[in-house]
Amino acid sequence: MKYLLLIYGDEGQNQDVSPEAMGRWRKVTEDMTAAGVLLGGEALQPVATATTVRAPGGKVVTTDGPFAETKEQLGGFYFIDVEHLDDALRWAAALPASEHGSIEVRPVMSFD
Amino acid sequence: MAWTPGAWVEARRAVEATIRDHRPRVLSGLFRVLGDLQLAEDALQDAVAVALERWPADGVPRNPTGWIVTVARRKALDRLRRRTTRRTKSTEVALVAQLERDEASVDDPPEIPDERLALMFTCCHPALSEQARVALTLRLLGGLSTPEIARCFLVPEATLAQRIVRAKKKISAAGVPFRVPPRALLSERLSSVLAVLYLVFNEGYAARSGALVRADLCDEAIRLTGILAELMPDEPEVLGLQALLLLHDGRRAARVGAGGGLVTLEDQDRRLWDRARIAEGAALVQRALRARAIGPYQLQAAIAAIHGEAEQAKDTDWWQIVGLYTALHRILPTPVVALNRAVAVAMAAGPAQGLALLDAPQIAVPLADYLWWHAARADLLRRLGDAAHAAAAYERALRLVTNDIERSYLAARLAACRAIATT
Repeated sequence: MKYLLLIYGDEGQNQDVSPEAMGRWRKVTEDMTAAGVLLGGEALQPVATATTVRAPGGKVVTTDGPFAETKEQLGGFYFIDVEHLDDALRWAAALPASEHGSIEVRPVMSFD
Repeated sequence: MAWTPGAWVEARRAVEATIRDHRPRVLSGLFRVLGDLQLAEDALQDAVAVALERWPADGVPRNPTGWIVTVARRKALDRLRRRTTRRTKSTEVALVAQLERDEASVDDPPEIPDERLALMFTCCHPALSEQARVALTLRLLGGLSTPEIARCFLVPEATLAQRIVRAKKKISAAGVPFRVPPRALLSERLSSVLAVLYLVFNEGYAARSGALVRADLCDEAIRLTGILAELMPDEPEVLGLQALLLLHDGRRAARVGAGGGLVTLEDQDRRLWDRARIAEGAALVQRALRARAIGPYQLQAAIAAIHGEAEQAKDTDWWQIVGLYTALHRILPTPVVALNRAVAVAMAAGPAQGLALLDAPQIAVPLADYLWWHAARADLLRRLGDAAHAAAAYERALRLVTNDIERSYLAARLAACRAIATT
């Protein structure tokens, strides 16, 4: 099953880009690759760079900022393919961000 | 065999007995194959309908459970075929193909492996809300109907049905695994299963309104814990919970007085205790403790066993209970455990010592709105002869009570204190 691991954290609080932290991120990513589960993933620019688009009745309205102001912001994601939820949860818990923020594990809907 | 009214009655009884005794096994087996709890339940219902039609005429099959499973799989296949024509999913096509390959003869039904344990872990998965875990466990493993469960938990039937449907959907959609978790996950997951069983028992034992004890829920929790203990005989906490439930249950008859009122442990007529049940529980605690992997259920069971040993309330070995609560508080440092320890200290060393502990901020602040903190204070104040303050504490407790029987118990205590305070 495919899952999206959505990484949420407080951008103001959690800016740990020390070589040690980066090393841990690299390690998890390498482990996912070695296990053959990684389909993709990215870190996102801060929420201040976000632009929201709506087109009610076909009229495009563009606004500065995220869809919703929240305490924790979406900071990145991993896209994985594993056997079941327990495996997805295990990978989520291995992400360094799980210590400070939270990881939302969402199964992907299949239309096949 | 010819159809006769006698054969019909006999067949009907056989169908009922098969379902009553083997429903969880059949369901778990179907769920493993189908990966969809709703489909498994629907297919089982279809198979029961076929059995009710066929068994009176054909006779009860040699292996009734296997017969039901085989027919249920066929019915699931029918349902899937109907579904796949509308909206074909590759996973369903694969499932249909597999079911067609496996289709066995009804005359030679397969042995069904016991997968109840895996079903328990699926139903109690932490990805589901606690209420959904309890409801699913009672529905799929306990065989309670949705209206019955709704009545137990005082929620509208539609609300509960909705929760169960949502939980079943989540299990399929989110890929909650159907398995006994590996060692690394086991203790966390097992504690969720045990918590659900304990919750079911407590719901029956300390019913929040209406009757004080709902025996059906207590019995169900004990039965399910017994199955768990049978399937996981080497887990001391499972034995600990089983012991705890038996020890509490052994006091059930003495807990409700004439007129339906609550009778506290101290005032219970111990001749009403079910000594056999209590002895069974005490023996289980001993067995669990020998594994030397202490856990909260074992400690609570050990405390209950010490109460069970005392012929009369005054014979209770309170110092040993204090020691066990101290150990429990180390593992489970919650204010409620501290409250219970303080009460034990009061019984061992005197009400003044107990009261001092109860009024310490670590207990008093978090439990300021907890009924039993006020009730415990009231009781200790009463024992100290301070009827006026005891009455005030009972009044506070009465404002928090939700169970009528507990309310009348507290009201009686309050009246007694007021009578003393005014004389």
